[in-house]
Order: sequence, then C-alpha cells, then structure tokens
Amino acid sequence: MDNFTFAITMIVVGMGGTLLTLWILSLLMSILKSAFPYKKEEENK
Amino acid sequence: MGDAIVSGLNGLIAGFTNLHWSNPVMILVGCVLLYLGIKKDFEPLLLVPIGFGCILVNIPLAGLMEEEGFLRIIYDAGIMTELFPLLIFVGIGAMTDFGPLLENPKIFLLGAAGQFGIFLTLALALALGFPQKDAVAIGIIGACDGPTAIYVTSKYAPHLLGAVSVAAYSYMSLVPVIQPPIMKILTTKEEKIINMGIVRKSVSKTTKILFPLVVTVIGGLIAPRGLPLLGTIMLGNLMKECGVVSRLTKAAENEIPNIVTLLLGISIGATMDGRIFLKPQTLIVLGLGFLAICLDTACGVLFGKVMKILTGGKVNPLIGAAGISAYPMSARVVQREGQKYNPKNYLLMHAMGANTGGQVGSVMAAAVMLSVLKGMGVI
Repeated sequence: MDNFTFAITMIVVGMGGTLLTLWILSLLMSILKSAFPYKKEEENK
Repeated sequence: MGDAIVSGLNGLIAGFTNLHWSNPVMILVGCVLLYLGIKKDFEPLLLVPIGFGCILVNIPLAGLMEEEGFLRIIYDAGIMTELFPLLIFVGIGAMTDFGPLLENPKIFLLGAAGQFGIFLTLALALALGFPQKDAVAIGIIGACDGPTAIYVTSKYAPHLLGAVSVAAYSYMSLVPVIQPPIMKILTTKEEKIINMGIVRKSVSKTTKILFPLVVTVIGGLIAPRGLPLLGTIMLGNLMKECGVVSRLTKAAENEIPNIVTLLLGISIGATMDGRIFLKPQTLIVLGLGFLAICLDTACGVLFGKVMKILTGGKVNPLIGAAGISAYPMSARVVQREGQKYNPKNYLLMHAMGANTGGQVGSVMAAAVMLSVLKGMGVI
C-alpha cells in the first residue's frame, strides 16, 4: 500500500474510529448513570 | 611470561581501546537524563533507571545486552513480551479515579480529540520518509502515555524504542511548559474566563464498577488488537472500584509498578547503544514527538471550542488541553491557566474528567490504530 493511501486511511479511519468509539462509550456511560442513579446512602456503606 | 603480562594488561585497557566515538556521547546523554530526573524532577521514576541503563550499555565489552547479559534477559522477559507496560497499566488503572469523567460523559470526546496528534504526526513521519511501522511508533508518542508508546514501539519498531520512550516521558514532564502557550493562542479572552461551575457528585458505585467492564467489552470488540492495553488498565480500575480485593489493589498500586518501573526503565536505557541511537533519525523522532504533543493540545482546545458552541457556551475550551494522557499534570495546567484569567474559576475537576478521558482515549486510539493496521495487512 502506498504511503499516501496509508496516511489518509489512518487519519480518517483512525481519528474517526477513536472519536466514534469514545462517543459510543460516552452514550453507554450516560445510559448507565440513568439506570443506576447516585444514592447518597450508598457512599456510607 | 612477558607476553602473558602484556595480554593481562591488555585485558585491563580493552574497555578504553574498544570505545566507539558514540559511547562517551551516550554516556553523557545518560548523565543528562539523570540530571533531568534527579535535579529537575522530570519523571524521575523512569528517567533515572533509563539514564543509568544508557550509561551501562555504552561501556564496551561488558556484554550486558548480549545473549546472556542481565539486561538482555530483563529486556527479553519484559519488553519483547510486552509484559512490563501491561503490568504498569494495571497499576495505572488502580490509581485512576474516573469519577470526574463519569460525572460528565461527553467529556470523553475531548479525550478523543486529544489523540488526533498521533495520526497527524504519523502522516508527517511518512511524508518525511519513515517506513510505515516506524511512523506508527513515532505517532504514538502523541498518546503521551509511556506504557502505550512502549507497547506499540517494542512490537513494531523496537529499534526506535529508546528514542520513543525518552521522547514520551520527557515531553510528558514538559507538559506544563508546552501547553500554556498553545492554550493562550487558540482561545479568546471571553473563552478563557468561562466558568463551568462545580462538579456535583452524581455517579453511583454500580456505574463505577460497570464502567471498566463496558469499556473492556465494547472497546475490545471494536479494536481487539488493543485489548491487552485496554483490558489491563480496566482490570486495575475494576479492582479499585469493587473494593473487595484491597490486597490486590494495593499491590497493583505499589509493589508491582515499583518493581516493573525499575526493570522497564533500565531495559529501555539498555536499548540506547550509541551505534543504534545516534543517528539523524533519532533527532527527527524527538522533534516529531514534540510536534505530536503540540498537535494533541491544539486539537483538544479546538474541539473544546466546538463543544462550547454546541453547549451554548457552557464548556471552557481550555479544558480541551487536558484531553491528553498526561494525568494529572495536564489537568493542573488547565486549572492554573484558567485561574490566571479568572481567579474564581475552578476548572480542576472538569479538567480531571478530560484528563481521565484522555487516558482512555490514548489507549483507545492505540487500540484503533493497531486494529486498522491489522485490517490493512500492515501488521
């Protein structure tokens, strides 16, 4: 594979993949926070 | 008899007569690393053993990196197998509190933006003529994460391990110097003084326990080649958050990383033989590594500006600079810079969220990169 194609693929797929993965994780974390809300009593256990 | 005496004496001066010009230069480099670590407090836990290892390996005829040399044994056992960086990652996970990140999950995106320098630097390294795998190892300096850089480089460009490791750890120490000018240039006066308010505790213990599991499974499915990195940091974090394996957590926070850091440092120093290290490409690698971190900071701050627009002005773009893996240094830099412009602004916990997002982001970026490379057939 030539370097130009390699570089463009890494930039687009690499940067895009990282951003997409972390966006998915942030959505999942938001869902978890809603599913398991913080309770003050929990912290005293 | 005379010949025997002369031969014996020759044995005592052989170290001097076999000195290559690069050996004393590298011994000096080792001394500089020791100076930076001891006197200037620049990542001493790594730079002191690296510096000393560099001195050891540049004394000729000692055989330390030959087949049965003790440094070779340590290097093969821990670096070639990628074991050392992974064990350190367990400790990093056990020492990290992802609470501030979980309080505001969209901060994850700043952790992603803070890794863009990796890919941009990779492209630049290719443009400068480095082979593809070498460019990958150079780009990963931008992860601003020692174990990740060592893991990737030892696997795909072991001849660059010394340069990449020294660059990664040295520049991490220089974050308080590198980041502020970039933050100042890329933000307006109005943006600098945006007050983000107080971070309220809103994350349950269940969420904190499920976080490492979710990241491991989802991240691992998307980028399986990076699962060793992702899995070990999340294992450490799970042990910390579950609270039922305190002995293991204490070992992961103390004994294990202490021992591994010593062995890792000295074996990285052992790769800095002058004949391998002193080439023009080493200086280029160091320069590109510096650029990678500058680009990370710039991309993080610029993404922070985008988030400011999308949230209607609630996000201070300065926290974008903390989206790198230099934890917790980068967060403290953001706090300090924020207070310069608005003494009532407490950005620390928001920046901590971005900083821990950067830790996950750097690991994910490396994992994505490795998986893409595997998909393209490069590795």
